[in-house]
Amino acid sequence: MKTLRWSIPLAIFAILVAFLWVGLSRDPREVPSPLVGKPAPEFALAKLHAPNETLTPGDLKGKVWLLNVWASWCVSCRVEHPLLVELAKADIVPVYGLDYKDEPDAGRAWLAQHGNPYTDSIVDRDGRVGIDYGVYGVPETFLIDKTGIVRYKQIGPLTPEALKQKILPLVRELQR
Amino acid sequence: MIARAAIAALLLACAAAATAADPVPPSGETAPGMSALDMRLKRLEAELRCLVCQNQTLADSNADLADDLRREVRSLALAGKSDGEIKAYLVARYGDFVLYKPPVKPITWMLWFGPFALLAGGGAIWWTVLRRRANAVTPSATTADNTGEMRAHKLLDGEDDVAA
Repeated sequence: MKTLRWSIPLAIFAILVAFLWVGLSRDPREVPSPLVGKPAPEFALAKLHAPNETLTPGDLKGKVWLLNVWASWCVSCRVEHPLLVELAKADIVPVYGLDYKDEPDAGRAWLAQHGNPYTDSIVDRDGRVGIDYGVYGVPETFLIDKTGIVRYKQIGPLTPEALKQKILPLVRELQR
Repeated sequence: MIARAAIAALLLACAAAATAADPVPPSGETAPGMSALDMRLKRLEAELRCLVCQNQTLADSNADLADDLRREVRSLALAGKSDGEIKAYLVARYGDFVLYKPPVKPITWMLWFGPFALLAGGGAIWWTVLRRRANAVTPSATTADNTGEMRAHKLLDGEDDVAA
């Protein structure tokens, strides 16, 4: 009984500490996407550099691809952009851009200035497709597999660590 | 008794705080001149979270995305969708996090029932401690403090002058 007297409160305290510790180490901005494991939402949007042509996820069936949500007004997109340019040069996985709530002219100028890593960019002027993809903090990046299922979502800028440790290994696995 | 009163006061304060934290405004609280649809949307938006500024409701937020989502909610409502369908639409895209009131399901059981379990557990501990203490007090009064008993013996033996 003597040991119970201090061991029970101690155990409760330890459990509380564990919960708070995990809670504090999490980023509340990273809301887990319900889209992961589900088919990529459909869209048919005009291409940024060929406004008469449209792109749909169906066109990319059979390919593993990244969908990167970006905009010319988005400051943190500049942070990840060199990484995307590098990734495009390495030619591992095609990157498609979703120019989110942006003026097409501004978007084209931005790509001319910072380099264009995208196989194609599509224009989501009113942000409707962004809502379907659950976009709430640009930049965001989706990894979509050969059958059109979303496999991973990165919220916020891509980092070399996220690319090396999560995205590229997953890409290789899905490309097999 | 003071402790008991303090606990009662604390419980009352907790209950008051819990009702004060309710993000849903009472349904009667509407500005004059609002249409039925506006009133419904206002109530619905107060139950939805803005993803950008996470501690604000969709109704309160000035964020660009909140604007878009309000527009989306309005167009869904105009298309004849029920509140439940509109919420399901947003949950499918943004997850349960958009709901200010999380749904009751296995992963949220701790959240919903945890406080009651803690309260029940605390109450059980309190009750057992009180009972044990009550049991411990009765016998110790007769055995540990026997000066009264000795005095009673003295009185019976007529050795004391207190009675006089």
